[in-house]
Amino acid sequence: MDVKIKSMKHEDFKDNEYIENLVEELNATGANVVVGKLDQLINWGISNSLWPLCFGTSCCAIEFMSLGAARYDMARFGFEVARNSPRQADYIMVQGTIVHRMAPVLRRLYEQLAEPKYVIAAGGCAVSGGPFKNSYCVLPGVDKILPVDVYIPGCPPRPEAMFYGLMQLQRKIKVQRFFGGVNRKEKIKDFFNSHPEEQGRY
Amino acid sequence: MSDIKDIISRICPEVTFEEGDCLLVNVPEPKWYSLAKTLKEDPTLNFDLLSAVVGMDWKESLGVVYYLTSTSRQWEVVAFKVSVADRENPMIHSVSDLWHVANFQEREVYDFYGIKFINHPDMRRFFLRNDWVGFPLRKDYDANPELNPIRLEDEVNEDDTVSYVEDEKGKVKKVPGKVFEADDYVVNIGPQHPSTHGVMRFRAAVDGETVKKVDVVSGYIHRGIEKLSEGLTYPQILHFTDRMDYMSAHQNRHCLCACIEKAMGLEIPRRAQVIRVMMDELMRISSHLLSFGCTAMDLGATTAFFYGFREREMVLDIFEKTCGARMSMNYNVIGGVIADLHPDFQKDVKALIEIMPSRLKEYHKVFTGNVIAQNRLRKVGHLSKEDAVNYAITGPSGRGSGWSCDCRKVHPYSIYSELDFEEVLEYGCDSFSRYMVRMREIEQSCKILAQLVDNIPDGPIRAQVPKIIKLPAGRWYNQVEASRGTFGVYIESDGQKNPYRVHFQSPCFNLVGVMDLTCAGYMIADLITIGAALDFVIPDIDR
Repeated sequence: MDVKIKSMKHEDFKDNEYIENLVEELNATGANVVVGKLDQLINWGISNSLWPLCFGTSCCAIEFMSLGAARYDMARFGFEVARNSPRQADYIMVQGTIVHRMAPVLRRLYEQLAEPKYVIAAGGCAVSGGPFKNSYCVLPGVDKILPVDVYIPGCPPRPEAMFYGLMQLQRKIKVQRFFGGVNRKEKIKDFFNSHPEEQGRY
Repeated sequence: MSDIKDIISRICPEVTFEEGDCLLVNVPEPKWYSLAKTLKEDPTLNFDLLSAVVGMDWKESLGVVYYLTSTSRQWEVVAFKVSVADRENPMIHSVSDLWHVANFQEREVYDFYGIKFINHPDMRRFFLRNDWVGFPLRKDYDANPELNPIRLEDEVNEDDTVSYVEDEKGKVKKVPGKVFEADDYVVNIGPQHPSTHGVMRFRAAVDGETVKKVDVVSGYIHRGIEKLSEGLTYPQILHFTDRMDYMSAHQNRHCLCACIEKAMGLEIPRRAQVIRVMMDELMRISSHLLSFGCTAMDLGATTAFFYGFREREMVLDIFEKTCGARMSMNYNVIGGVIADLHPDFQKDVKALIEIMPSRLKEYHKVFTGNVIAQNRLRKVGHLSKEDAVNYAITGPSGRGSGWSCDCRKVHPYSIYSELDFEEVLEYGCDSFSRYMVRMREIEQSCKILAQLVDNIPDGPIRAQVPKIIKLPAGRWYNQVEASRGTFGVYIESDGQKNPYRVHFQSPCFNLVGVMDLTCAGYMIADLITIGAALDFVIPDIDR
């Protein structure tokens, strides 16, 4: 099975090994033809109409706005319908530093997203705390409270880098098994299990 | 200078003076409020502008340094130092009834140092959660993460506030209170809201659709930059300024570099000064274009947003070629700039200033003249000139109320005194005036760029600086005109290679302070446009 992104060659992506492993896992567990085809259809649909939740806390949000403007035009990839309500969004792209006061809000927004839901950590602060890592009230990366699918480094990441990250998310979605298994709900469950303070919430 | 010393010691004989960057007056705490009242209300002194409030921990005592400015005495700045030795229960009299800007400033000081302000109406924490343990900027703060773990539950008792009231006998009593009345209908806006321009949270008490009171809840992006700076060397703290108000990155960094250079007594090569000023003005254009786009988008005019961003990309290209980044440029360094100009720089700048006038015309055609924009912006969000001064609303928002407060004109820095440009003033005192000041400032910035683009002198781009930068013991305060108003940097050094205290006095902090004043009496939908026209950047407020 090929994981194709329009106008991008397979070699253009830097971490193909990871995606090949996922494909292998998908093939190994096997699936009914009907369910498999249905899965592919759903994944094709989701990956080409990813609606982001507007969640920018600082500089990266301005670059995300550039993404929406005419020059970079994320409408070309189906990302343009930025939603203001988590109920209507597919993924949350954390752009900027998350501090202690914001953590419960971010967590609630994630819980409000409808399944299937994804998280992208864009920018140094969301990835690891960035230049503010040592501060008394900064989260050293959103992966402390959320299961992150794609990390986009940069301070702030260039719009091209954001596209690259979004395409990686598309690729990940294309090899997921919609009704559970490969690359989905188990992973989220694993994440919350490995964070003992979260038990009881899920 | 001796003149002001005489006057102050006549009013209050107990004070002592320290010379330095500017005159510093040591005021004993019990005399502070009466002195402040005289300074503000005496027509010959007329210290009408409170520029900065800096909380301090001198280990043996806690205190506050107030920077007062008299706009009628050629913007003379005098610092007042008030300190208390009691670390358990430090108390200082509040001046928030004299200068309303002190309301939020003193809450910030309370949040960082635990200094309680007597007679302050609303002594809540400003940036940190109300269940936070300890006061982080104190030198003996315990940073143990177990004391303040990442909490995933909401704050409780958000409505509770407290004030410390002094009675006639001088006894201070703790009086609990509530932010809103019991029967107020409170609408929550933010922190995740597309029109608050970041993660600001407002709680508005409404009567039908009319706003009665706005409570600002800040701190959703408070990163503790001031505390972090205390542990880093001077070159290492520079990059924080780019990440506070990212739309004034060059100006903010210019301010911090200039403050350090002032303390070192460093002379900056002419070429570096010209480059800095040009970058500042390009940044201002980029910022005002973004502001135009966002104001338009908040009113539903998405087309105008695309237009604004189209020209903004041109500015970003210029930055990218020279500085290597579209945002967070990290371009100014102590002594000059980090890299020389790109060969295309002059060509690109000329192309930008050539098309800007026609593009501005286009903006006015597409948005400014539109009847919806006119109705939503005109006569909305009234802010009188007196209030603008009292709340220290500088920048385009202050100038929209007819207050001449442009740092580049009133106390010129760098090479601004040699340049020919106008200070843009509008007298409407409403959102539309603030919006128009920005649009007209783009023209003025183009004018400055046109004067400089062919006159960039040759020479070094950096002065020689020692490998390890140490400042002599002392304190310095420096201001520049950032895109949104007067940006100030306060540095206190004890002679080490890292600062003892750094305080950033950001213009947006004051801007958000007038949200209650400007929104009261208008519709709830106007809250968004008033915020858009004030144009605050949240990471600049929270720092």
